[in-house]
Amino acid sequence: MLDKALVGNRSYWGWLLCLLVLIAVGGLCYLRQLQEGLGITGLSRDVSWGLYIGQFTFFVGVAASAVMVVLPYYLHDVKAFGKITLLGEFLAVAAVVMCMLFILVDMGQPSRVLNVLLHPTPHSLMFWDMLSLSGYLLINLVAGWVMLQTEATGLPAPGWIKPLVLLSIPWAISIHTVTAFLYSGLAGRSLWFTAVLAPRFLASAFASGPALLILLCLLLRRCTSFDAGREAIGKLATIVTYALAANLFLLGVELFTAFYSGMPEHLESFTLLFSGGGLAPLMWLALAAALAAFAILLVPRWRGNEKLLATAAIMIFGSLWAEKGIGLIVGGFDPSPLGRVSAYTPTFPEVAIVAAIWATGALLVTLCYKILVAVRAAD
Amino acid sequence: MKLTRKNFLRLAVGGAIAACSGALTRTVRGQGLVGTQPQTDDGVRFGMVIDLQKCRREAGCSLCRQACHQAHNVPEIPDPQHAVKWIWNEPAAKVFPAAGESFSARTLPEQLPILCNHCQHPACVRVCPTQATWKRGDGVVMMDYHRCIGCRYCMAACPYGSRSFNFEDPRPYLLKPNPDFPTRTIGVVEKCNFCEERLAAGKGPACAAACPQGALVFGDLSDSASAPRQLLEGRFAIQRRPELGCGPSIFYLV
Repeated sequence: MLDKALVGNRSYWGWLLCLLVLIAVGGLCYLRQLQEGLGITGLSRDVSWGLYIGQFTFFVGVAASAVMVVLPYYLHDVKAFGKITLLGEFLAVAAVVMCMLFILVDMGQPSRVLNVLLHPTPHSLMFWDMLSLSGYLLINLVAGWVMLQTEATGLPAPGWIKPLVLLSIPWAISIHTVTAFLYSGLAGRSLWFTAVLAPRFLASAFASGPALLILLCLLLRRCTSFDAGREAIGKLATIVTYALAANLFLLGVELFTAFYSGMPEHLESFTLLFSGGGLAPLMWLALAAALAAFAILLVPRWRGNEKLLATAAIMIFGSLWAEKGIGLIVGGFDPSPLGRVSAYTPTFPEVAIVAAIWATGALLVTLCYKILVAVRAAD
Repeated sequence: MKLTRKNFLRLAVGGAIAACSGALTRTVRGQGLVGTQPQTDDGVRFGMVIDLQKCRREAGCSLCRQACHQAHNVPEIPDPQHAVKWIWNEPAAKVFPAAGESFSARTLPEQLPILCNHCQHPACVRVCPTQATWKRGDGVVMMDYHRCIGCRYCMAACPYGSRSFNFEDPRPYLLKPNPDFPTRTIGVVEKCNFCEERLAAGKGPACAAACPQGALVFGDLSDSASAPRQLLEGRFAIQRRPELGCGPSIFYLV
């Protein structure tokens, strides 16, 4: 089946070439980082995690959101999602691979990564994160590939595939919960030290992932013969609406606790995030985009208009990317344990490495979707 | 049961799962799920009392820092954001922010030395995915520079900012390398080791030895006759952020 990815028109190959160039540039920057250390990034002793870990956190959410097409289809028999469950699963595969790469490039000594398995440490959430992410990758890869093969050959799916897909549902919830626990278990970081972090992570994941899926469906219809159908896209839009509402609600809950109680520690990080620190303009922009997109989604007539829906989906994806992929992680380090507020500005090599990992994810999605579309077109 | 290929695979997979889960339960049981090892296996808890009435009588004194950084090959990196620190001075208002607003006479000096707190329940040890940082039976929180993968989770977890990461190669910044102590490479985390190399030789920490006022008093906190315990009995002492539950072993005498 892999050979189907090797047949394409000029724009297909042009797109792949662009991605490969981005990967090559980022790869060279990463070689420099290996040589000179993480000092070539904008990270510092006060803001010791930045873009890499922020992107990791955001894309765990994108990966987990595959459950939002798998669950309705397999548990509630929502037939409209039959055509797009595989899109969700392959998106999850690409997103998990991106997450693993983000962790790897963030390590000071990446050659020692297997120490995590050599010295298994159950009291570290990082250990559980590694287990849950690799398990999730395996489940989605196997389930996606086997289902695609049954479509290609026309043979019935093997009996064990359904239990595997059902297992992926709680597993998806677990990957993002464990990722939230990485942060919410740290008593010294008041922005993260909140029980609502894991629910908030899930809510923003179930908004940003399906928003991306909507965009991918619209793109596939424009560029290929694949049409997800109006009903599937409409249902995805409904899911995004509910998830975004939940996310905004949970943000409000956080802000209430911080500002009504007036506890200096809780107050300080939120105040810095939204007014004092360098991230404030981005945070306000993200909030405005989320509210505007929410308004579009609330009105059924606007939500049904595909141009408006695409605009809303872009705004939601961008907004939640800024909120979670940057604000939450970088903001968690302000102020430092010694009360310092440091500016964090990513450097060129750092951004190039991040772009290369995005390109790797896009490459995987492109190849998987290309095979999928070719298989469906052959039917 | 007939040994068909299907049955063989079933047995193999079942056996592998059983072996894995066995190994997992063993590690979970052995280490405690939340890092609750017995505090002091050998009945010793090393700690330090810093007498703020004696510390920094000379303005700008940093003899403890110099002695420590010289002994442990801590580099002098000019970029403050990449700096590596084991013991250093910070404004008192930053170290004890809660003591900031008070109408009583100033009880804290402008600046005071801080170092790793060698906590009873260290957050860094709890989060480290490779046990590259661990707590010894005598309470010293140790660091293995050769096992550390440089994920910096310990830096996010430490509520005291006591940990430093080698963002750059530290060796060019060593003015007078000490051949008796290892230097570090890029990409690993480090911090104060309570001079475990001197403790092994029966000596106290270098910072305490270097202080002309004797402001830093090191000893066994579990021994009521030890020097730090004697000091703590007579005077009021504070710890950094005790409400977080880490149980710092560094006490500041007010």
